Amino acid sequence: MGKYVLRFVAAAYLLLLVAWPVSLVAKNTFADGFTELRSILEDPDVTHALQLTVQVAIAAVVINTVFGVGISILLVRYEFPGKRLLSPLIDLPLSVSPVVVGLALILVYGGRDGWFGPTLEDAGFQIIFATPGIVLATTFVALPLVIREVVPVLEEVGIEQEQAAQSLGANALQTFRRITLPSIRWAVVYGVVLSLARSLGEFGAVKVVSGNVLGETRTATLVVEEKYLNFDRGGAYATAFLLAIVSVACIVVVSIIRPKEGSE
Amino acid sequence: MTAAVVTPGRPARERRSARGRPLTPVSGLGLGVAMLWFSLLVLIPLSAVVATAGEGGWSGFWRTVTNEQTAAAIRLTVGVALLVTVVNVVMGTLIAWVLVRDQFFGKRFLEVLIDIPFALPTIVAGLVLLSLYGPESPLGVDVANTRVAVFLAFLFVTLPFVVRMVQPVLQELDREVEEAAASLGASRFTTFRRIVLPSLTPAIAAGAALSFARGVSEYGSLVLLSGNLPFKTEVASVRILISIEGDNTAGAAATATVLLVISLFTIVALDLIQRRVANRG
Repeated sequence: MGKYVLRFVAAAYLLLLVAWPVSLVAKNTFADGFTELRSILEDPDVTHALQLTVQVAIAAVVINTVFGVGISILLVRYEFPGKRLLSPLIDLPLSVSPVVVGLALILVYGGRDGWFGPTLEDAGFQIIFATPGIVLATTFVALPLVIREVVPVLEEVGIEQEQAAQSLGANALQTFRRITLPSIRWAVVYGVVLSLARSLGEFGAVKVVSGNVLGETRTATLVVEEKYLNFDRGGAYATAFLLAIVSVACIVVVSIIRPKEGSE
Repeated sequence: MTAAVVTPGRPARERRSARGRPLTPVSGLGLGVAMLWFSLLVLIPLSAVVATAGEGGWSGFWRTVTNEQTAAAIRLTVGVALLVTVVNVVMGTLIAWVLVRDQFFGKRFLEVLIDIPFALPTIVAGLVLLSLYGPESPLGVDVANTRVAVFLAFLFVTLPFVVRMVQPVLQELDREVEEAAASLGASRFTTFRRIVLPSLTPAIAAGAALSFARGVSEYGSLVLLSGNLPFKTEVASVRILISIEGDNTAGAAATATVLLVISLFTIVALDLIQRRVANRG
């Protein structure tokens, strides 16, 4: 009896909080068939925003993957002063408000009175209100995701195989490519998928640093806000639907591959 | 096997104390490059926020954050985040329990639902909630532009944290102890309270810390949902954004520093909790 009550409460809570509202976005998008979806895909400003979003997300994911794998190996395999302090600092971006992230980047890289901004601008690099700023903001918010996936796996596999490879004469690069990388492969894949979902959907930090210029620095999430506030509900729902599809797909992909690896 | 898809709460720090090697020249160079990048991207910009907040001296900082509207926004944010954390502690533990101990059709589906708030863009989350709890609600409940909307938005974005922290611990739990307690005549509630709950407490606390930090820093899902009415539904992040847009960088930095201090405290608390657990286990 108690079992069924708990089951019902959990299911009802999740349906009311997540499943039903999310499904309504799909319903609202297809209220007039494919008209809304087609009209946003034919709007050059929206397609530009979608392209920009994808480019920025890919750049952020590549940076965070290289940095994340590197720093994970350093954290797990090496000893250095300050290591104890570094691990909690790396988690910091997950609990900083996106608006604060945007503000922080403006204060340093802003062209008018940032710490480094004017110098960079004189050298021809505009960061804030341009694509590099959007990339920086997106990279910031998704920074810990790869590391959080890779570090536990690196700890789990231990160093015996790597030591064996080295004693047999493998150099550092060979050991990494042949031993370390295959063992953390799936962790890196999850990290990449999660970072991708997070990067495609970043809103607050991008809103602050991008300047939100139509057809130039407006990303997909900014289109959703702008369309909704301009009473183009259909367009807002259709754009939101595209973003939601990608993020739900990311979650489903991870949930399909992860248990397989667990049973290996 | 009910593997957690997203583990937002998993600590990115060493659990086993296998000591690493000293740095080689190549790895030392790698560390240098990584630290340079991390400083340029995270540490220097966040220090700039605190430095800018301090430019007007302590009195300037204090005047900004005790400004009636800013103080109201900070109070609302922290208050609602605390309330949401309490709900998450109860509901998150309950959901984790159902997902680990119960078997029923559709469980995999519920598993995926838990992770959706983590991956869904926050602006979409706001729109999503608006479609069920806004003016055109099929349920006939319209909470848009009220404090309930702030509560709902926080509840949505913080859903995964407690569930995903508690789930793995519950899976590892030895059920024989529970059976022994039950065979000695303990009721199911007593067994849960005396046997299960104590071993779950650190995981619940860690999940609660994460969901509090996430709630306090939330912005995107509120934009369309809460109306951002001063003194009523305006949260701290919105207050910062309005200051930035009004070219009041010092004011924005002061409020941002308050948020940074809150998230720093939460992270330190989380670190201590996990350290205690690691020492005990």
